[in-house]
Amino acid sequence: MQPEHTDAIAGDAGPGAPESVTPHRAPARSWSARMQGLGPIAGLVLLCIAGTALNSSFADLSNIMNVLTRTSFIGIISVGMCFVIISGGIDLSVGSMVALIAGSMILIMNGLVAAVASPVWVIVLGMAFALTLGALLGLAHGVLITRGRIEPFIVTLGTLGIFRAVLTYLANGGAITLDNKLSDVYSPVYYGSLLGIPIPVWVFVAIALFGGLLLNRTTFGRYVQAIGSNEQVARYAAVNVDTTVTLTYVFLGVCVGIATVLYVPRLGSASPTTGLLWELEAIAAVIVGGTALKGGAGTITGTVVGAILLSVIGNILNLTSIISVYLNAAVQGAVIIVVAFLQRRRS
Amino acid sequence: MMKCSIRNLAAGVATVAALGLATGAAAQDKVTLGVSIPTATHSFTAGIVWWSNQAKKDLEKAHPGLKVIVKTSSGAPQQANQLQDLLTVDKINALVIMPFESASLTQPVAQLKKKGVYVTVVDRGLTDTSAQDAYVAGDNKAFGRLAAQYMAKTLNGKGQIVALRGIPTTLDNERMNAFAAVIKKYPGIKILDAKYANWNRDDAFKVMQDYLTRFKHIDAVWAADDDMTYGVLKAIKQSGRTDIKEVFGGAGAKGMVKMIMDGSNPLIKADVSYSPKFIYDAIKLTAEARLKGQRLPANTIIPSVLITKQNAKEFYFPDSPF
Repeated sequence: MQPEHTDAIAGDAGPGAPESVTPHRAPARSWSARMQGLGPIAGLVLLCIAGTALNSSFADLSNIMNVLTRTSFIGIISVGMCFVIISGGIDLSVGSMVALIAGSMILIMNGLVAAVASPVWVIVLGMAFALTLGALLGLAHGVLITRGRIEPFIVTLGTLGIFRAVLTYLANGGAITLDNKLSDVYSPVYYGSLLGIPIPVWVFVAIALFGGLLLNRTTFGRYVQAIGSNEQVARYAAVNVDTTVTLTYVFLGVCVGIATVLYVPRLGSASPTTGLLWELEAIAAVIVGGTALKGGAGTITGTVVGAILLSVIGNILNLTSIISVYLNAAVQGAVIIVVAFLQRRRS
Repeated sequence: MMKCSIRNLAAGVATVAALGLATGAAAQDKVTLGVSIPTATHSFTAGIVWWSNQAKKDLEKAHPGLKVIVKTSSGAPQQANQLQDLLTVDKINALVIMPFESASLTQPVAQLKKKGVYVTVVDRGLTDTSAQDAYVAGDNKAFGRLAAQYMAKTLNGKGQIVALRGIPTTLDNERMNAFAAVIKKYPGIKILDAKYANWNRDDAFKVMQDYLTRFKHIDAVWAADDDMTYGVLKAIKQSGRTDIKEVFGGAGAKGMVKMIMDGSNPLIKADVSYSPKFIYDAIKLTAEARLKGQRLPANTIIPSVLITKQNAKEFYFPDSPF
């Protein structure tokens, strides 16, 4: 993708013609390029076959739903992360952000119990708070990166520490637990299903579809790809780089907020270990799914498949004991490298 | 002004008390005790911090000649720097330390001991034991053994158990080996599998979900830590399975002890103590021994005790974060 891209830009980029910097105007993908896009899917299919062979329970509907439901948190965050990475940025703070939003959301809801009569309203207010806080934290990242001109790696490395420390402080080092009555009312958001499919999976599907549309069918999506591919050229092409980049962080913040809203009813608590290392899982899902870490090109489908693939590995390892538990992390690492090999780009 | 006069007063009280003590025995007239512990990153270490501060409060009140300085650090190098500060700035003459790592802190601790500081090491032993004066720790073997004995008894020597382990460490191995050693004596009991869930609620939830998918019949779960028990209970509830009769955690977190006390969850009937309170005991033992000019025994093991409905009240500390 990358070289074709640059050719297109070099060929006909000019002021006032942002359309021309989009990958859609690039020459049609060759057959082999299309095959590369199938790498993660092929990897996932192979893993599923292996899983079923090792333990037939793997293919049970209930197991598949378990895996998809637990993927939904990382999956939703990965969709947002995909935009940030395509635009050439990175966000290391998402795991800490989940912890902070979860903790403060629980505190707010516990505080509202006395003031608001209906527990449903308390939860609705809590959810609204979570999404708003996510958006605001994302906005802070975006502003620091674009206006403050600090590298995204540093900004989000800083907030990674800040968010988790604030949560630890709020929790006094222990756990923040949701009021029991609220917990009962709230739990269907994670444990409930619609037409046999758990609610978090529906939300995950909705966010993925929305992300796909946003990336491929809107001006915003095309600008994001243009910036990641060559920020200077995008600027010359009159793309408002600062606003677009800031918006990718805000969108990611909202995604983190949504993931947290689904996460809180699962255990009804937040502790300093909540969301630990989720940033690595989210980034890995995006990259395993075929998005370039240096930005410019990537797909939501790949990201979704990448996220599912990562949790399937863990699931299969739990369903069998042919490999020593001491080697679990090694198996995970090896599968990630193999999948990355399948979808490698030719330079 | 106010502060100043209080300080003077306190100093006065301290000297009077010190004189009183001095006449009693050949006591050290003043003990400045440094406490070096990890920062609160999860509920167990939060408990360590809380109990250290509790010890400072109680002991300084009881012994006017005693000053306790509590310092937390987020890693081994920081802890090593802190030890130097405690010596040069705070002029400590006794130290209670819970080292981050055994190997990398052995030298820094040895340096302090050479300068005449009395050293008590807690929980994680140093690689060279000559660098410490005393060692105080919880009983990890009993942590696994008591759990296994209790479960074997309630299962009547027959059944299938799944286990969840913590993070791969020697401490986790000791617990797991002690557990397995007891279970081996009951041929009717089988440990189906033991996977790591990193002492983490979310990971325990996932591991338990997968156990439930994989094993169609489970009689009991050894969650091996109360944080993991939370995740396990949620996963069992979600599955709607009724074959599991017992979930045994570990460490005695206040939420679990409360459950045992109230009998509010039929799956949770007992627990084993491994309380962060041992730091309190270590500080107390060290301070009181040093005030009298005595030494501690080289090894003190704070026993792990089985917690049941009968004695749960003694292990319930509602104010502690753990």
